Amino acid sequence: MTDTDAGPFAGIGPEQHFREGLEAGEYRLQFCDDCSKSIYYPRAVCNHCGSPNTSWRMASGKGVIYSTSVERTKPEAGGDKNIALIDLEEGGRLMSRVVDMEPGDVTIGMAVEAFIGEIDGTKLILFRKP
Amino acid sequence: MAHELRGSAAVVGIGLTEFGELPGKNHLEVLAEASHYALADAGLGMQDVDGLFVSSMGRVFHPLHAAEYLGIQPSVIDGTNVGGSSFVNCVQSAAMAIKTGVCNVALIAYGSTSRSNRKRKFREGNPNAGAFHASEYQPRNPIISYAFAAARHMHEYGTTRENLAQVAVSTREWAMKNPRAEMRDPLSIEDVLGARMICDPLTLFDCCLVSDAGAAIVMVSAERAKDFPQKPAYLLGVGSATTHDQIAQMPDLTVTPASQSGPRAFAMAGLTPADIDVAEFYDAFTINTILFLEDLGFCKKGEGGAFVGDGNIGPGGSLPVNTNGGGLSCVHPGMYGMFVTIEAVEQLRGTCGERQIEGANIALANGNGGVLSSQVTAIYGSEAAL
Repeated sequence: MTDTDAGPFAGIGPEQHFREGLEAGEYRLQFCDDCSKSIYYPRAVCNHCGSPNTSWRMASGKGVIYSTSVERTKPEAGGDKNIALIDLEEGGRLMSRVVDMEPGDVTIGMAVEAFIGEIDGTKLILFRKP
Repeated sequence: MAHELRGSAAVVGIGLTEFGELPGKNHLEVLAEASHYALADAGLGMQDVDGLFVSSMGRVFHPLHAAEYLGIQPSVIDGTNVGGSSFVNCVQSAAMAIKTGVCNVALIAYGSTSRSNRKRKFREGNPNAGAFHASEYQPRNPIISYAFAAARHMHEYGTTRENLAQVAVSTREWAMKNPRAEMRDPLSIEDVLGARMICDPLTLFDCCLVSDAGAAIVMVSAERAKDFPQKPAYLLGVGSATTHDQIAQMPDLTVTPASQSGPRAFAMAGLTPADIDVAEFYDAFTINTILFLEDLGFCKKGEGGAFVGDGNIGPGGSLPVNTNGGGLSCVHPGMYGMFVTIEAVEQLRGTCGERQIEGANIALANGNGGVLSSQVTAIYGSEAAL
């Protein structure tokens, strides 16, 4: 099968499209054209209904903490770090880190906003208090 | 009509190596040692095995490694890895293979040198480095995923740190009755709460051990099982379920796939939670036990904390759980699934000594895989329960 026959699967994959967005300073969110739900993380088929027909919108960046923890680490090894699960306003949940505040002060239900940051040279979505 | 797998196969051999640190040994040596014990227990030899069921954390061709190493040429071979539940999953696969005549003697085997690997250059791979997307955040997996579940359960149901600690304490009380258990010193709630915090709200004692150990079992058809030297443990029911791989994709952090695998196993067995005499759960972390008590129907959702808080799961309690001392205090070599099965079988045989549950006829073993991702529930019974 050639690329031209690939229909919704033609061209670069959703993962690459998402990553190119991060490089361009855009937080791109994938949605299903058939069931309208948010697809997170990006996939070749919708994880809700199996449809290959998807499209992209810019994320609002708004989210709410679903669960949170502090990874206790010695100061010489980088100190304590927050890590959390965030529910996005559009639907979908991701693991990330809430930064720019005390890691233990992050609470379930707290509103957060996304920004594009970097860990060890990889661009990714991080969160902070609005 | 009863399900055709119900009571169709039985465990007739079990084998355990020593637990703890096994210096100078590799994982296949440990696997082979446990296999040898299991076959000897069944009065069989290696060449009787025609079905091999194994799983490895890091090795792609592990089933071939194991078959070659054991010197067998099985007619059915399976190496599915769904995490620590793999070995309960193997029980389901083996029962199906035996029932359909694809094999006669199934060996399910595991060997690991997780603890020793920490000191070696050679490692078995790092399966917990994290999955797609989440790995970039360098999470301290799998601990962090269970910490999220614990935090969420506390938030939604008012479960307390003391409830979590009680799981560790009750489990330790069982371990103190098991000469094989690694951790046999008394443990108090205060000890657990005061221990080093690893990932809030889990302290060191909320987390399982890291051990070297091997374990194996032998299964045959129920028709043949009566002719073996040991009292058979019949597989009455088994169910498998999965809802996710990485924790961010788990639909609800307070509801595990055991809420599906449990009912499947109970339906096949024609039993209810009230029929269970003793339960063995994969307790990688204290929150597991609370979640599985709820999801398998031993108490209502949200009441697991209070249930353990009343001392129900410890010695003398209404539902003995993890009578060997569990992954928290007995042994935990990376994938613990085999050990829930073996303790269930030993309880039905009546060979558990000081920790024996008098008259145990029906035992439940629940395997957990990944980060609460895969649950496989098996229910075993003595001949009286058939």
